[in-house]
Amino acid sequence: MDLYRTMVRVRAFEEHAAECFTKGMLAGNIHLSIGQEAAAAGAFAAIQPEDYFTSTHRGHGHAVARGMDPKLCMAELFGKKTGYCKGKGGSMHIADMKKANHLGANGIVGAGQLISAGSALASKIMGDKSVTVGCFGDSSTNEGSFHESLNMAATWKLPVVWFIENNCYGVSTEIHRVTNTPDLATRAAAYDVPFAVVDGSDVTAVYEAMVTALDHARSGKGPYVVEAKVYRYQGHYCGDPAVYRPKEYMEQALENDCIEKLGKRLAALGVTEAELEEIKQAAQTEMDEAVKFADESPYPDPAEVTDDMYTADNERCVAR
Amino acid sequence: MSKKISVSKAIREGLLEEMRRDDKMFIMGEDMAVMGNVFAITTGFLDEFGPNRVIDTPISEEGFMGMAVGAAMRGMHPVVELMYDDFVTECADPLLNQAAKLKYMSGGQCSIPLVLRMPMGSGRRNAGQHSQSLEGMICHFPGLKVVAPCSAADAKGLIKSAIRDPDPVVVFEHKLLYARKEEIPEDEDYLVPIGKASVKRQGKDLTIITWSREVNFSMEAAEKLAAEGIDVEVLDLRTLVPIDWEAIKASVSKTHNVLIVSEEVKRGSYAGEISAEISEELFDELDAPVERLCGLNIVSPFSPVLEDQNFPHPDDIVKAVKRVLNK
Repeated sequence: MDLYRTMVRVRAFEEHAAECFTKGMLAGNIHLSIGQEAAAAGAFAAIQPEDYFTSTHRGHGHAVARGMDPKLCMAELFGKKTGYCKGKGGSMHIADMKKANHLGANGIVGAGQLISAGSALASKIMGDKSVTVGCFGDSSTNEGSFHESLNMAATWKLPVVWFIENNCYGVSTEIHRVTNTPDLATRAAAYDVPFAVVDGSDVTAVYEAMVTALDHARSGKGPYVVEAKVYRYQGHYCGDPAVYRPKEYMEQALENDCIEKLGKRLAALGVTEAELEEIKQAAQTEMDEAVKFADESPYPDPAEVTDDMYTADNERCVAR
Repeated sequence: MSKKISVSKAIREGLLEEMRRDDKMFIMGEDMAVMGNVFAITTGFLDEFGPNRVIDTPISEEGFMGMAVGAAMRGMHPVVELMYDDFVTECADPLLNQAAKLKYMSGGQCSIPLVLRMPMGSGRRNAGQHSQSLEGMICHFPGLKVVAPCSAADAKGLIKSAIRDPDPVVVFEHKLLYARKEEIPEDEDYLVPIGKASVKRQGKDLTIITWSREVNFSMEAAEKLAAEGIDVEVLDLRTLVPIDWEAIKASVSKTHNVLIVSEEVKRGSYAGEISAEISEELFDELDAPVERLCGLNIVSPFSPVLEDQNFPHPDDIVKAVKRVLNK
């Protein structure tokens, strides 16, 4: 039920964000994870409070699944002072480094691979028991950062787990048009790193694979790579009509809708329609409130534009 | 009390003292541990601090630079060396899009207390991919602090300050300064503050603003000019970001003439930025246009006769000073 609730909350957050975007309430653009909710919910159910993680431009779901406050996430999308990053990052850069150990979503494809491996290096040097999870998409496995840092993480047995959400598209380009391996996690074998490939619409399969992966990394055996096959319902960004995709993609996606699939499993276990509906309603209310909070929050003071560039001697460093 | 040691030894001492003082600090880069660095800066470190804190990396500049950023976000103090500053293009994203930006983009949630040491500069006959002076490029990116010491004492004092600084600091170290032996204080806690220039020579006729190896060339030029009755002030910036504007203003207000000397490609150089700032803000103080004396707008050549055309020598500085002063 908790997994179901998380998935429903992630979708409600994304649908609310999409509505705000369509209404012109948000600047810039946003990348939605509708369809990929089981991946976020399953992974973050396995990740422990002491663990760290990085995320991507399509990262709202990770933040919500981690238990971060949707109000502060939404306020960040709105560019408001009350957002997680005081409105300086926006949708692609939500972070909560102190409380949620969220080392940041990132606008550069593949950057989180390096940061997660570096965080794991810090854990190894300090001797703590945390694992760092790098969440990223299919296309970033073609960046040099994937190979450079996986090689080092494997050689030095760093406590890092990489969670690939493979939705098959890098913006418009279907992954197999530009990649020679049917699965992406198999590339881990090149570095003697264990891996698993799972159905990302099956939340318990994702959860179980991530538990195995986290146990492996936490026990000092080094990295582990999990690939979850998911569907990205929307185009690359909100408003992208995704004309480059065959219609079969969405037909398959809807047949495999992760929330409906889990709903049916729960119903088979005796959960009533009313109980599931109540979870959906609660999520709608929660996200309505998040939008209200974000909308009513103040923008940053323009005078703060140069704040936070440097920790020491900020004023002189930005003056000239 | 003082002692005479080489610039590379001074950097080594700075690193060693900080490694002993700060258990969050670690060193990573190519050939830093077993070999102890190609310029022998970290020999013996592996024995003293072990493989967790002195790390030989594969030749994966983007990889280890990015991992240093991740470690710094967790509160570690990584000191990374790129064997040559020319290789910074290999790790451009982690340095320029991550280390420089993550504090601001997260609304100030983190500091990135990392140090990037970059041997730089012309004169070693290493051709176009091992000889550049990339200060202009690095200073362009807000979020980084940038130092470029010349003397042994400044090299030690600034590397120690860089390691203690909570922000990412890029240290440009001129390779042809490494072997130069100079007096430095014995003090274990000798620090040179980041952001403070040094007047290396007082003068009243013209201010040479410079840094790194060109400080020494400018001092030689100043002595030659003194013999001809021209009294030049040499201002060693030592830190490029944040720039010591007060020191520049004080000197320019005294001499009213400015020559900026650097080894950089002239187009897009940091020398140009300083020139523009002075022209904008101190125009009324100037008796003549500010001149830049830099490298040419070319790739660093290999052949010694060609390479020598590509960075300012003392005689070039003498001529440029006379040009500015119309003498």
